[in-house]
Amino acid sequence: MSDLNKLGLAEARDALRKGETTSVELTEACLKAIDAADALNAFVHKTPEIALERAKAADERIKAGDAPAMCGLPIGIKDLFCTKGVPSQAASRILEGFKPEYESTVSQQLADAGAVMLGKLNMDEFAMGSSNETSVYGNAVSPWRRGNDDAQLTPGGSSGGSAAAVAADLCLAATGTDTGGSIRQPAAFTGITGIKPTYGRCSRWGIVAFASSLDQAGPMTKNVRDAAIMLEAMCGHDPKDSTSADIPVPNFEAMLTGDIKGKKIGIPKEYRMDGMPAEIEKLWADGAEMLRDAGAEIVDISLPHTKYALPAYYVIAPAEASSNLARYDGVRYGRRAQLAQGDGITEMYEKTRAEGFGHEVQRRVMVGTYVLSAGFYDAYYNRARKVRTLIKKDFEDVFAAGVDAILTPATPSAAFGLGEMTEADPVQMYLNDVFTVTVNLAGLPGISVPAGLDKQGLPLGLQLIGRPWEEGDLLNTAYALEAAAGFVAKPGKWW
Amino acid sequence: MSIDQSTAAKVAKLARIKVEDDALPALASEFNTILGFIEQLNEVDVEGVEPMVSVTPMRLKRREDVVTDGNMQDKILSNAPDAREGFFAVPKVVE
Repeated sequence: MSDLNKLGLAEARDALRKGETTSVELTEACLKAIDAADALNAFVHKTPEIALERAKAADERIKAGDAPAMCGLPIGIKDLFCTKGVPSQAASRILEGFKPEYESTVSQQLADAGAVMLGKLNMDEFAMGSSNETSVYGNAVSPWRRGNDDAQLTPGGSSGGSAAAVAADLCLAATGTDTGGSIRQPAAFTGITGIKPTYGRCSRWGIVAFASSLDQAGPMTKNVRDAAIMLEAMCGHDPKDSTSADIPVPNFEAMLTGDIKGKKIGIPKEYRMDGMPAEIEKLWADGAEMLRDAGAEIVDISLPHTKYALPAYYVIAPAEASSNLARYDGVRYGRRAQLAQGDGITEMYEKTRAEGFGHEVQRRVMVGTYVLSAGFYDAYYNRARKVRTLIKKDFEDVFAAGVDAILTPATPSAAFGLGEMTEADPVQMYLNDVFTVTVNLAGLPGISVPAGLDKQGLPLGLQLIGRPWEEGDLLNTAYALEAAAGFVAKPGKWW
Repeated sequence: MSIDQSTAAKVAKLARIKVEDDALPALASEFNTILGFIEQLNEVDVEGVEPMVSVTPMRLKRREDVVTDGNMQDKILSNAPDAREGFFAVPKVVE
């Protein structure tokens, strides 16, 4: 078989089981593609030895008839996941040289399911960003271009390396994490599928924490079936994460029937933003029409507190980040600043954190510190948590009225150019997450499905939001949307 | 609420991040942009609304209060920038 790296998870799995190829061949094809794609800066720590060792073990298991769900399938792991003995830096200078002595639960579960780790993927520093421009490794670059224009585009963020790697066929799939849209926005920008499951589905243990009440891991894949396969391998209860849900994980792939007859799909009027590009508006209307043609009932709904989601997020997420990132003190792991004669421990903290954290991370830590500080805690932090309650209630009301899923655009625009937002104020960048952030605040599952191209030839995605714990049903609706949208475009290879 | 340079300096100190004096005006201005955005929350009627504690309504798991881990001093120190004689080493704390 040729171009093995271009396969998806399901196709490769089936080929492996039929004996048409081997995990070593698949892995070698991916490693070759990775080495030829340094221009994308997607893989920032390559682990070919680990990959080939696991691939050989997987081939043995397949031969022995003992092949778990992801056996022999080569994937990339976002740098936010701690991987034993392999650099895990969260794309930050402050974790320079850090090699965990342990493995995150999710990456361990993937390894146990037979998956082959190819290396670590670029991202925004501590997952704070929407363009992969805050990484200590430099920008990840999208494989997509605007027609013949050679301007470099963002793959989105924070899981930008994951998105670029999957879209460019450097791996069959990748892990991502999503605190405000960091799986769904880059998936939409690069024409791939990404799902953030219900809060509590995936263990957060061993994933570098950003905002613990919002963070969730999820798969970034070439299609919906692959997302179902990989999500199932990632999910499950973990005693090491007290917020991980102790409820059974269904066979998501078996739930992909494509039958959505009678399903009620809500279209929230508050997501129709002023100044929304006509192409996005049309894509959204087309998506609704596709679901209607597939037998779903389309209903108008209202989520009245939508406009307050981003401001609430930009209180809650920095507050939690300020607390979580307090651990980077230059004492226990990572980088410590050079100290001057006579410097004490406070200077060590201040210098270490000033040179170890990038600009955006510093800004968010300080905003978080401010909103939690005496005198402002009620006015900012508690108020934001109250608004969060109202945002969640908006969704609960809609689901109680019988809505099965909600259809929205995934992003307010197609991918922008790297550097194009440099002059904008930070709030402009935050607006990228306007359609995705509500889902994190409400703890719901959300999936981005590629649905079309804009007039410059760049991918656009639609988002479906599901009921809590009903990822199976959500994936099935996404499967029907995927079939109807028939998105097959791939970026032309220039790298 | 507007943040001046001295408030910005105070926040930087609380966050233990060294910010040079000449960077304070820009920092204060960025804070004000972000806080201006956050001010929208004041439009919402939150009378009688409980602040969210947990997004998924479930009881946190409990376990037996017993030691389940430990005896791995080498592993714990293996990533330290400065470890000596089985301890993390830091600059002098007490004069």
